[in-house]
Order: sequence, then C-alpha cells, then structure tokens
Amino acid sequence: MSEGVDLKKRRFLTLSTAVIGAVGAGAVAVPFVMSWQPSAKAKAAGAPVEADISKLEEGQLLRVKWRGKPVWVVNRTKQNLEDLPKLDDILADPASEVGQQPDYCKNPTRSIKQEFLIAIGICTHLGCSPTYRPDIAPADLGADWLGGFFCPCHGSKFDLAGRVYAGVPAPTNLVIPPHSYLSDKVVLIGVDGGAS
Amino acid sequence: MSALQNMVGWIDDRFPMTKVWNEHLAQYYAPKNFNFWYFFGSLAMLVLVIQIVTGLWLAMMYKPDADFAFASVEYIMRDVNWGWLIRYMHSTGASAFFLVIYLHMFRGLMYGSYRKPRELLWIIGMIIYVAMMATAFMGYLLPWGQMSLWGAAVIVNLFQAIPIVGEDLAVWIRGDFVISDVTLNRFFALHFLLPFVLAALVFVHIVALHKVGSNNPDGIEIKKGPKGNKWSDTAPADGIPFHPYYSVKDIAGVIVFLMFFAGIVFFAPEGGGYFLEAPNFEPANPLKTPEHIAPVWYFTPFYAILRAVPSFAGTQVWGVIAMGAAIVVLFLLPWLDRSPVKSIRYKGGLYKGFLAMFVIVFVVLGWLGTQPATELYTLFAQIATTLYFAFFFLMPWFSKADKTKPVPERVTK
Repeated sequence: MSEGVDLKKRRFLTLSTAVIGAVGAGAVAVPFVMSWQPSAKAKAAGAPVEADISKLEEGQLLRVKWRGKPVWVVNRTKQNLEDLPKLDDILADPASEVGQQPDYCKNPTRSIKQEFLIAIGICTHLGCSPTYRPDIAPADLGADWLGGFFCPCHGSKFDLAGRVYAGVPAPTNLVIPPHSYLSDKVVLIGVDGGAS
Repeated sequence: MSALQNMVGWIDDRFPMTKVWNEHLAQYYAPKNFNFWYFFGSLAMLVLVIQIVTGLWLAMMYKPDADFAFASVEYIMRDVNWGWLIRYMHSTGASAFFLVIYLHMFRGLMYGSYRKPRELLWIIGMIIYVAMMATAFMGYLLPWGQMSLWGAAVIVNLFQAIPIVGEDLAVWIRGDFVISDVTLNRFFALHFLLPFVLAALVFVHIVALHKVGSNNPDGIEIKKGPKGNKWSDTAPADGIPFHPYYSVKDIAGVIVFLMFFAGIVFFAPEGGGYFLEAPNFEPANPLKTPEHIAPVWYFTPFYAILRAVPSFAGTQVWGVIAMGAAIVVLFLLPWLDRSPVKSIRYKGGLYKGFLAMFVIVFVVLGWLGTQPATELYTLFAQIATTLYFAFFFLMPWFSKADKTKPVPERVTK
C-alpha cells in the first residue's frame, strides 16, 4: 500500500497544513474578539470632563458623569478635615497603601486641594453607588459616624476621603480618578496634571 | 403496498426516518419503573420550546437600544395585541425552566443517575445548566429596568475581581466602562443565539442518554438483566418501548404542568416579586442604585455563597471563587460518590441524612440570597456555605461508610 509513498513528506504536509489552518483561524478570530472592546464612540464618552466648582458650598456634593460613572466632588468643611485622622484606627487602609488613587493623591486627604474630595462614586465591592451621608452621628449609622458614604447594597462604609472602613464587604478605598485643576474654579476629571 | 407505505419507503431509502423513529422512540426500551420524578426531562424540553417561541415573538416587538428598550417592553405589555400574555409566558417560563431543571437534577442526585456509565451524560447536563444561567442572566438585562442594570453591573463586576486580567475582561464583556447601550445590544444578540445552542446541547444530551440507556428509581442496569420482553427477544426484560408508553405518560405530565404554568401566568406573573422584581418596573438609572439588589430566585443560592465569603488581602476574589466552585463541584459528582449502590432506595441513613441536609441548605441559601446581608444573615450564609461544600467534599467518605441495602436483581414497582 505505502509503496513509493513518502510518509515523512506526507506527515510534514499534513502537519504544516494544520498549523497554517490554525494560524489562519486564530487570525480571523482577532477582529471578532477585538470588536467587543470599547468602540471609538465609547472611548470618546470616556473623554475627560470639566466640573465648575466655584459654586460648590462647604459640605456640598456635586455629581459629574465621567465614563458613564458618577464622580463626586465634595467641598469638605474644616471640621471634616480635622475629623479624618480620628478615623484611622477603624479604617482598612487609612494610609491609602493600595493603588486606588494617583500618586499625587496618596496623602491623608486623598486629594490635590485639601478641601476638595474627587472620587468615583462606585463602591469597590460590586459597583453600586453609595449614598452621601455628611450628617454626624445619625441614628442608623451610630454615634461614631463622622460623615462619609454608605452603600445601601451590601452595607459598606467609607469616610469623607473615600477610605473604606474595616470589616465591611468592600475591600479597598474608593477610586480617585486622575484629575487636575485648570484654574481655581474648574477641575478637569480624567487627566493627570503632569508634575504639578 | 399503500401509497403511504410507498412514500415512507422512498424516504427511508434516502433518509433514515423509520430507523431514527424506532431507535429513539418506538424501539427505545426504557425501564418500566419510571415514577413522578421522570416527568421533568420532557418538561424541560417543553419549556425550552415555549421560551424559543415566545422569545422569537418578543424579538419582533422589542428594541435592543438603551433609549427604547424599557419603553418597548411597556409597548409589548400595553399596546401589542396579546403582548402581555406572550411576555408573561416568557418571564414565567424562565422561572419554570429553572424549577423544572432543579427537580430534574435532584432526580439524578436521588437515583445516582450521574454514576458510571452516565458520567458524560451528567456533564453534558451540567453544561446545559451553565448555558441556561448565561441565557437567563443576559435576558434579564433586556427590559432595561433598575434591577436589569444594577444586577448586570454587579455580576459583570464579579469578573473584575479576577486578578490581573479582571479589569480588562469586564470592559471587554461590557464593551464599555459601564453597562451601557453597547452591552444591552450584544446581550440581546447572545440571548437570541444561546437558546439554539441549548437546543443543540439537549440533542447531544439525548444522544448520550440513548447510548447508555436510562437509569431508573432502583438504579439497576436493565441492559445487564435478563433479555426478552413482549416486543423483542433481545431487548431488556424490564424495558418497555418509550413510545407509546412514556410518550403518553409524559403528555399527561405536560397537561398537569401547563395547568400550573397557566395559573401563574394569569394570576401571579410577578411571582410575588420573585419572578419579576419590583425595581425592574423603573427604567435603568446609572447614577442611582436601588435600595436592595438581589438576583432572580434561581441565582440566589450562589449569590448567597458569593456574599458569605468576606474579602481579605485587599481583594474580593475569594467570594467569586467560592461561587464558581459551588457550580464546578457539581460537575465532579460522578467521582465523589463512592457508594456501591446508585439509588437512594438502597442507600443508608447516613447518605439520606446528608442529602436531606443538602436540600435544606440549598433552599436556605436561596432564601438568604434574596435578603439584605445583615450580620446575622451573613453568619447563616457562612454556615450554609460550609455545609453546601461539606456535602460534596465529605461525599467520598460518607457514601462509602454508609450502610447500604442489597440491590434486587430486577427493577421493583
């Protein structure tokens, strides 16, 4: 049967055909897989947004939509800022060791300007949007509550610097988006300010 | 020969019509002792057909666009002639599908239908179950209500917990940085496709079943028993032809099932908030989360397991792993059960006790998954999760240590 048949050559041809075929199938899969990535339009919607903070009173929260997510801008009061270090003992990551913020916000207030907290308003647990609770010691959150954010979905708590309490479902602090101040009145969310 | 016989002969020369009919129905010999629990396989197929037909009709009227989706569902409910009925059949059908499948799986658990030589049959069934879960999950996004959006957000965020690739994977699934119109559009396409994949998998499931033959409440291999029955000298003595005996029995089951199904569709289509959840009657709002998020009832046992595991070492991946493992462990069942007998009928108290515990734990987890995660409930969920896994991981031990009864030679009544 196999007389005069070059089996070695046949094996080589079979194998090389199979390999080339597999490479071709893999290559043609690329456009299909990549088409699932965010489109140019979706990415454009992720473009940085400007927020006017000049009219934000002390203690107020402003919601800005960036990449379809709520971004909070909070003008913290002096009292709020003084309260922040008092919470260090009951927080999971008081010094912001986990990289949930740009390097320029790895400080006690997690911000560029002390008074303004700029954070993505999405719980780091499973993506619900926590509620702003600036009230001190409300009945439902206990006498130790010094203002912060409470997630209604699974009960995670964050302070006014977006730092997560220990022992709640959320594992990490709220994300601080890259941002920079264009002027005293306008903050640009989504873009680092370079070295400044 | 009559004209009809001529035609059948003409077809049989070109397509194995009579052969397939005989092999799978008229001369497929199933054990004669099937009981109540054997209704659910055929009922699952019925519900799949209901879902495909109603789903096709809904797709003719629904718009997979974030701006129009919610309104188009309301249009189906209020303006389309009989649209409310078709939509409620579909939404109730989803819950009915899972109910029937859970009972079908429990049947397998009771009678050891996953044991050798039916391991692959069980695994194909598990693949069907996972495909069903994916289909149901994607379908739930389509009405674009508050629970659709936030439920999908929470579930897709589960993938984000996977180290290194998680973030990119979640973005890839969504096609955006949040659940958006893009996600809705692709979930619609996949939700349309998957039922046909399911139908193909059901075909493979049945091919595998007919290769090894059906198990039965006694867990006895009728193929290994004596031969010869009323219809054939070579067929198992304890077998009866599927058609007409079980086809007629299954039709009786279908009638009873449809009575219950119609009752729910007409009188309680929301299933007390379990089949259609209250927040889903509000259009999706990406800036506001509903007070309480819970998946539909058929996912809640796994959701409870997810929430029971706390995050540590700065990641919540452990809960995700536990939830995945709760499903994966079911695939391993054929190799975890070391009992010398298949059926619960001949197993001892130890095994029965563990199985009863498992059923209770599954229901308790299901209930906990619908509730807010208070400290007490989280503790309950942690205990229940431990017991859930104990059932599987201790099975090699308790199935062997169990005092079994002797199995008879022939099937009993």
